Formats: sequence, C-alpha cells, structure tokens
Amino acid sequence: MSKGGLNYRLVIFFLAIVFGVGFSAPTFLQTEKGAKISLGLDLQGGLYMLLGVKTDEAIKSKMKSIASSIKFFTDDNDIIIDDLKIREEMVTLTLVDPDEEKTLDEMLKKIPGLVLDKNTLQYKVSLNELEQEATKQYAINQAVETIRNRLDQFGLAEPNVARQGEDKILVELPGIKTGEDEQRARELIAKAAHLQMMTVDEKRSDRAYDMSDDEASQYGDIILEDARSPQMKHVLKEVPILDGSMLTDAKVGFDQMNQPVINFSLNSEGAKIFGDFTGKNVGTHLAIVLDNKVYSAPVIRERIGGGSGQISGGFSMEEASDVAIALRSGALLAPVKLLEKRSVGPSLGADSIQASMVALALGFILVIIFMVVYYGLAGVVANIALIANLFIVLAIMALFGATLTLPGMAGIVLTVGMAVDANVIINERIRELFRQGSSIQKAVEKGYDNAMSAILDANITTLLAAVVLYAYGTGPIKGFAVTMSIGILASMLTAILGTHGIYQYFMPRIEKSKNLSLWFGIKGEGK
Amino acid sequence: MQIFSKDKTYDFMGKSLPFMIISVFMILASYFLLGTKGLNYGIDFSGGTIVQVKYEGPAPIEKMRDQISVDKIFANASITEFGSPDEVVIRFMSSTDSVQEDLSDKITNLLQGTGTFEVRRVDIVGPKVGGELKEQGIMAMLISVFTILIYITIRFEWKFAVASILALIHDISIAMGAIVLFNVDVNLDILAALLTLLGYSLNDTIIVFDRIREEVKNSKKFDLFDIINFSISKTLTRTLLTSLTTFFVVLTLWAFGGEIIHGFGLTLLVGILVGTYSSIFVASPMLKFLKFNVEDYKKKESLKEKRKIDKEKMRAQYEQGVV
Repeated sequence: MSKGGLNYRLVIFFLAIVFGVGFSAPTFLQTEKGAKISLGLDLQGGLYMLLGVKTDEAIKSKMKSIASSIKFFTDDNDIIIDDLKIREEMVTLTLVDPDEEKTLDEMLKKIPGLVLDKNTLQYKVSLNELEQEATKQYAINQAVETIRNRLDQFGLAEPNVARQGEDKILVELPGIKTGEDEQRARELIAKAAHLQMMTVDEKRSDRAYDMSDDEASQYGDIILEDARSPQMKHVLKEVPILDGSMLTDAKVGFDQMNQPVINFSLNSEGAKIFGDFTGKNVGTHLAIVLDNKVYSAPVIRERIGGGSGQISGGFSMEEASDVAIALRSGALLAPVKLLEKRSVGPSLGADSIQASMVALALGFILVIIFMVVYYGLAGVVANIALIANLFIVLAIMALFGATLTLPGMAGIVLTVGMAVDANVIINERIRELFRQGSSIQKAVEKGYDNAMSAILDANITTLLAAVVLYAYGTGPIKGFAVTMSIGILASMLTAILGTHGIYQYFMPRIEKSKNLSLWFGIKGEGK
Repeated sequence: MQIFSKDKTYDFMGKSLPFMIISVFMILASYFLLGTKGLNYGIDFSGGTIVQVKYEGPAPIEKMRDQISVDKIFANASITEFGSPDEVVIRFMSSTDSVQEDLSDKITNLLQGTGTFEVRRVDIVGPKVGGELKEQGIMAMLISVFTILIYITIRFEWKFAVASILALIHDISIAMGAIVLFNVDVNLDILAALLTLLGYSLNDTIIVFDRIREEVKNSKKFDLFDIINFSISKTLTRTLLTSLTTFFVVLTLWAFGGEIIHGFGLTLLVGILVGTYSSIFVASPMLKFLKFNVEDYKKKESLKEKRKIDKEKMRAQYEQGVV
C-alpha cells in the first residue's frame, strides 16, 4: 500500500493554480488595479498603420533652410548675390562682388556637412553623403517624435508610436471609434505643418496665372495656391524668409470677426529675422504659407517686432485646434507615406470576440466531455489540468502585458486541443501496463516514466516551431506564437506534474477501490 | 471506454504500398493544383486593399458594383458576400500611399446612396510590405524546418529527422493543395496555420518515432517491420484520440469562429487529417525507405548508454574522493 496524501507535485500544482487564478482574476473581473490582458486592435477595434518616411524630401527641405540661412546672412551683411535657387538637392547662387568671396566662404564653412563646388563666382552647395544619411535618420526619428507628440495632444486613449525596423513607423490607435475620428487622426499624423514666411515677388505678381512652374523657377519663384480659394494663385520668392523651426508656440484664438485663428510666437532668432525683414520691406506683401498653401498675404505697414503672428484662413474650430497641435509639435521634416493600414470598427471587434469565445467554449466542453467518457476519473484529472492550464496561460499573458489578438485566441483554442495530448499519452501508457498485469501503483509510476520522453520531444519540437514563428512573424502572428508557447510550457507543468500529484494523493483510495473502470475507464480489477 | 481493447499488432508495413500510392497521388495532385491554378495570395502578400462593409439589410452587390466601377482604379475590384448577406468584402489589388486619403475613403464616397452601411474593416498593404511579409514567411518555414531537423538528429538519428521532414513536406503540400482547391485567400493567418501544422505534424510523427526508438533499444526484435508495426499499433489510440480532440476544437473554430478565421480553420482541419494519416502511413515506412538499420542503432544506443554509465561511475568515484 502506498502512502498517498500531500506530495511536492501536488503542492507545486496547487501553487500554480493559485498563481493562475490570482493573476488572471484582474482580466476576468476587469478590476481597476492589477495587470490585465489588453485586447488587440482586431478585437477591440482601432487603427494600425505602418508608415514610411520620404527621406529624400528631408534633404530637399534641409537644402531649403540652408538657402534661407544664406539669404539672411547675405542680406544682413549687404553681400549682393544673384540667382539664389534651389535645385533638387542643391543650392546654386552667383556672387556679384568678388571681394566678398572670403566672407561668404567662411559663413558656408560654418555649416557642417556641406560640399562646395565653386566655378569662379558661381556656387553649387550640396550635402556630403554622411550628412545626407544623418539628415535621413534625423528625419525618421523626428517623425516618430512629432507624430507621438501630436497624437498625445489629440486626446486619444493609449496611442502607440514606435520606430520599426530601419525606416518604418508603427502607429497604433486603439481609441478610434468612428470613421470621423480616424480621418482626423490620419490628417493630424500626415500634416506636414510646414509654416513659412515668404515674400511676394512684386515684379511678377500679375503673372500668377500665365506662368508655368518651370518658368517661375527660372526666376527663383514659386507659384502657390491660396488656402481659401484654390483657383487664386500667388507668385512668391522660392527661398523663404523663415520657417516653422523657429516657432515656439501656437494657440487657437479668435479674430475681430470671432473666427478661429492660430496665434503663433517665434523664438528670439526668428523674432530678429522677422523684425529685420519687415523693417526693411515696408510696403511689400508678406505671405504666410502653411503646407504650401497661402493663408494670407498682407502688406507690411511697419516693422513687426516681438516675433508673433497670426494665421487666419477660415478654419473651423476643430481644424484650427488640429493645426495648432501640429504646429506646436513641430513640422514633419519629411512627409510620411502609408505602407500598411488595418482599421477595424469596434462592432466587428466585438463580433470577433463573441465568435471566438463561442468556439473556445464549445471546443473546450467537447474535449472535457470526451475525456471523461473515455477515461473516467482519469479524464477528470486531465480536465483539471486543462482548466488550470488555461488560467495559467491567461495569468502569464496578463503579467507580461501581452495583447490578445484574434490569432492569439485561435492559439488558445488550439492549446486546449493539444494540452490534453500529454494526458492521453500518459493514460494510454498506464492502460498498457494494466493489460500487462502491473499493479495500480506501478502502472501509474511507470506510465509517467514511459510517457516522458515522447511528451518532451513532441513539445520541444512544437515549441521550436512557435519560437521561430515569433521571431519571424509580424504583429498578429506574434500573438499566436506567444499564446501557443505559453500554453505548451504551462501544459508541461499541469498535465505532467499536476496530474501525477493528484494520482499520488489519491493512490491509497484507488488501490482500495481497485475499480479500474471508474478510475481509468478500462475493464477489469486492479491490484 | 476503449477503441482497441486488445493488445493487437496491426500489419501496417505489409499494407503500406497502397497508402504510398495514395500519398504520392495526393501530393502530385496538390502540386498540379499549385502549378496550374496557383495559390490565391491575399493582400497581406500581394499588396492591395480590402474594405469590409456591413449593410442594414442585404447588401446591394450589383448596385455597389455599378457605383464603384465609375472610378477606373476599381474596375477589377471584386465584391463578395462575407459570412452573411448583409456583409460584403470589396477587394482590389491596388493601394495608395497617402495617409490622409486612401482608396478605402474613395470607395466609401462612391458607395454613398447604396443604402445605410458601416465600414467595419479596412486593410491596406503596400506592395513593398507584401513582398517583405512573403519573404519573412518563407524564411520562417525554412528556419523552423531546419531547427527541428537538427533537434531530431540530436535526439534520434538523422534518418528519423529526414523521415519526419519528408512526412512534413507531405502534409504541408497536401494542405496547400487544399488551400488552392477551396480557394482560400492566403494571408498571414494561413501562414500561421501552416506553421502550426508543421509543429503538429512533427509532434504526431515524433510520438511514433519515440516508440520505435524505445522498441529498438529495449526489445529483442531485429526486424524493422515488426518494430514499426508494434510501435504504430501501440501509439494508435493516442494518435487517434489527440487528433480527435484537436479536430474537435478546430472544427468549432472553423464552424463558429467567424468568417475572418474561416480559412485558418479550414487549413488546420485538412492538416490534422493529413497529419494523422501521415504519422501512421507515411513517416514510418520512410524509415525503411531510408534503409534504417536496427542493429546499428542498437549498437549506437548501447554505446551511448555505456558511456553514460561510465560517466556516472566516474562522477560517483570522484565525489567519494577515490580518483
């Protein structure tokens, strides 16, 4: 007769159950405190986007700001230059007075990463390769930061913005509930928020409608649309006076007509440039340009000090607020493009949860009934392990802050099917030993021994497949691999150790009853 | 309850020829389907746009088609029912890279006036991402096969490893044939299903192989056919039971899990059937085909055992301070 009663296996199993139930409780009860499993976007609804960054544009815009610096410097030092133009990834200019060559060269040398190609007094300025790469990298990092800032201020729950791989940006917005919200969020993300102060080319302002873009470019001009009426066009000097990088704040305000406007302020450097420029150009037009649209082009009446300005353009309140957010969080150095988008409405998510829950419950019940019918009380023991397994999987997922996705649900359902495998193997081994005439005690002990190598090898191979799946999978597939792996590991604890402990505990009773049909679902009397 | 109440050894090896023929036929048929009709790549791999729309009442598919085809980009769009008559999926191969306005927005605008509807899901995958996902998928397959090959070689022997990989290729090929046959859109979830199958198929095979290894080591039998027949018979109940429980849950997943995981469920259903079949009728005969030698393996195993015992003896002596 064996001793029975408490044993180390049962104690560990019991602790595992306490752990499983304890840490999965916050998820089930949806308590305020405690780690919970969060639902993936496919189950709760939301927007997932993978964005790319048009890094070439970052280089162009860097060249533009270099051109602005050159313009400011030459104006400030009364150096006369001609033909200051931006050509793709290059700035060209011609110096008029050779005596000033040295001053200009020194100024250009101060800008890091420049390649200077000089043909007498004709300058070609571009970036070296190192600087180009650095600019691209900076543009990606800056885009991640900027988009994160914007979404944080937008007021959605738990936005997630992260850099992915070399040059991609992952954006996850679980809080999106309606199509309108999504549209607003997308516009906010993609808004360049590129503010520029530009001069109107007074000489050619009447040619706005009969000049081609190429021709305008010959004169160092650019033709831009008006924000309020797109058919209206303005001829502006291509090189801006200053841009939004010198902006310190932007807020929604109201003008005299009680229309929403955006009030912005510039930093001291911007304020100086702005003040100097307006002081020197009283009587000309100044254009306020946002994302290549002209919002207003008022006449400069006097020097504007203090470094503040206003964008008015018939905004709605929402638009004004979004533009202000975008301006505050800074311009995107390079535009972003959509590589992948997955958007799930909340109602579909709810349907998916319901459907997979039904599948999980039904499959679970089928397996449980089957095990009892086939194995008797041994089936009940296996079922206890199965239920414990489910709790432990959920507890571990909650502790790791894992996200439950639809494929993850499928992973759990599959785990249920496969978790009983270990117990089937063990029970078959035990039955085999009974047929060979082993005593109950010996059949159970040897059954576990014999089954062990098969269970280990089988589980380890499946685990290997799951790990590779995790390493090479993306998004939802990872979720599936995670739940599978946790399920396999937990089943080793519950199905092998736990059930063994239960048998040991009841061994004296099993030996006393000798009822193999009740305990193991097999005919005959045990010894 | 018991399926096989008597300890009987069935002659699987003696009757393996017809099953081999069936397997070869099924594999050839699968490759024929893969070669002619080909896999129907969904947008995850080929790139494109999917818009899932739910109407109040039955979806006016004809009317939708008329209104959408106004825009030439959507000329090749397919509109199909999705799970219920109220719900449809619009699919097309193109995608745009604008964040503010994508093709799904255009579709929504074009659909105005067809009834009250709700856009429930939009998936857009750019061509570059699709290509990368495909590459990653193939890599995942190859790497897991390779890793498992190494593991089985270490735990068993290379012939076991090769036999189980051949059985695996058998299973995956036929499952892919079924994917083509049933017109399943191959997306990321199907890849996950195939990878699960990979684990499952190996799992089943290994249980049988483990028994063969045990028999080779412990019994006095030298005939490979006897050993294989005995091992398959002994593990038969387990093979059938586990397949059955897994089959149950996959069946409920397929039947009740919702339209989105329908293809996933179907792939697994076929896979489990084929995987169970192959672990009985394909994997083990492969050992014969690979000329697995019982005597050599016995010698190798006993050598291994001896080395282990020697080592333990040495350690025991060392711990007692004899050496």
